Amino acid sequence: MRLRFVLLVLIAIGALGGTAALLYAWESPIPPIDPRSFGAPDRALVRRGASLALIGDCATCHTAPGGVPYAGRLAMPTPFGTIYSTNITPDPETGIGRWSIQAFMRALRSGVDREGRHLYPAFPYDHFTRVSDDDARALYAFFMSIDPVNSSAPSNALPFPLNVRLTLAGWKLLFLRQARFVADPSRDERWNRGKYLVDGLGHCGACHSPRNLLGAEKASAEFEGGEAEGWRAYALGRYSQSPVAWDEAALTDYLANGSHPLHGTAQGPMANVVDNLAQVDPADVSAMAYYLASLGKSEGRNKSERVPFGPGRLPQAAGAQAATPSIPSEPGGAIYATVCASCHEGDRPPPLGGARLDLSTAVTDDAPANLINLVLNGIPAAGASARPIMPGFGDVLGDRQISDLSNYLRTRFAGRSPWDGLAEAVAEARGGR
Amino acid sequence: MTTLIINGESRSVAASPDTPLLYVLRDELGLNAAKYGCGLGQCGACTVIVDGKAVFSCVTAVTVLEGRAVTTLEGLGSHDAPGPMQLAFIAEQAAQCGYCIPGMMMRAQALLNRDPHATDEAIRAELQPHLCRCGTHMRILRAIRRAAEETRPKAAESRTGR
Repeated sequence: MRLRFVLLVLIAIGALGGTAALLYAWESPIPPIDPRSFGAPDRALVRRGASLALIGDCATCHTAPGGVPYAGRLAMPTPFGTIYSTNITPDPETGIGRWSIQAFMRALRSGVDREGRHLYPAFPYDHFTRVSDDDARALYAFFMSIDPVNSSAPSNALPFPLNVRLTLAGWKLLFLRQARFVADPSRDERWNRGKYLVDGLGHCGACHSPRNLLGAEKASAEFEGGEAEGWRAYALGRYSQSPVAWDEAALTDYLANGSHPLHGTAQGPMANVVDNLAQVDPADVSAMAYYLASLGKSEGRNKSERVPFGPGRLPQAAGAQAATPSIPSEPGGAIYATVCASCHEGDRPPPLGGARLDLSTAVTDDAPANLINLVLNGIPAAGASARPIMPGFGDVLGDRQISDLSNYLRTRFAGRSPWDGLAEAVAEARGGR
Repeated sequence: MTTLIINGESRSVAASPDTPLLYVLRDELGLNAAKYGCGLGQCGACTVIVDGKAVFSCVTAVTVLEGRAVTTLEGLGSHDAPGPMQLAFIAEQAAQCGYCIPGMMMRAQALLNRDPHATDEAIRAELQPHLCRCGTHMRILRAIRRAAEETRPKAAESRTGR
């Protein structure tokens, strides 16, 4: 009797709690609009929105390989399963053609779609929540101005309970701080503009900050380095492990052009970012660099001289390659001297000569992922821009050879002890492609 | 001394270990099909197959290839007895100056060995590292499709015993 009473009370409490959670998690739909109700677009607003969309890297995720920009369908592998990006062209059936400005703003800044469904935080609304009303309107005007494409995303492949979108309300309760950007009056306008873009639309921390087990950025470890698509997103500011400390000029150059002689070339997902930034208002890029430079300087090693290595560097008669330095007896060193040095020790300037490995963060960083990716796949040509390219050696060198080479470069050029777990990292990098 | 398996035959190479495979093939072994284009691994003219994979022989030192199997265009057929890939390129008249073609044929062969049913898209993506400035790209694509059709195991035919 008593037991039954306790059980009933427990069930009642559970039901109440469940109802409360449901009420909390529930978001109502926002009525659809008639797509034909749009007047002529405000051209200046659309232009501004287009630039903001580039800063937000919207097309990078909302475009499938070989697909129409913004039509979605990109498969995004996450530690929890695969999520497909959605169609954000103004198609009334499969895109956002029936979304009002209110629905767009709610999705952007609260992660809830027009129908009231919670969106997965692969969409970085934890950053976009900072976007101002004006900028959100410009983005909306831009997206409504592009050609509608009929394209539905495949269903996400997520395990229970993550496939129940209401659970995302719990995630948001824990990790989403909904707040517009507030300028710091003690800083100048350019700094505030930079911080607004870096923290908001630019969502730099989405890759450059570590994430916790639930996939949320660790607020206490902002910019201490993270991971993206099998690449290490380097730590920024005072946490940077770059051999040469970054400054505002270098950051501006790198973000605007995709490479810097003392820091190398943007690779992996960052290559998309710099491709986009090359097309936005240079004042915005410069503001981002200004803010990022204010995050503090790493100690760096400030090497201005090339590490002397081997005998002469006279070009061979064939013209393109430099002479091989003396060949070390250790296997990694032998590979470096015979395969890598003809470009990396040559006297040709970039983009035809190899980067200076003594300046490479790929070699100094705690994670070997980027160096392995570079050795395996090289640096593909980037569209029409004159950025460095490098052939990949994944089909020439075996896993053991790549491990030997990586640790040789690590000890030789970064002066640090060999990486742990390198063999596993090489196998993982190979499996990922 | 480095030992390589060249077109199925074990060969000892006297060149110093840092010598690119391309120089060994052309200068020491007299196999002149692979071409010197840029010397930087950026044009594809020097491509050969190593253990089934297409690699740039101009940036690959022989020392890292000890004991591995290298196939050059000579391994696909000779002037008097061209192989299917070569016949397809001849049939489609896919060469203009022809300098890039040996490399293209080698990468195409590596692709077809791996995937006899490679789609047009896959062929285009695969050949991206190869530059041709004559502009016979469409004929090159046709030649590779033809080679694929002619070398593909024909399920229906083999069932009926031809």
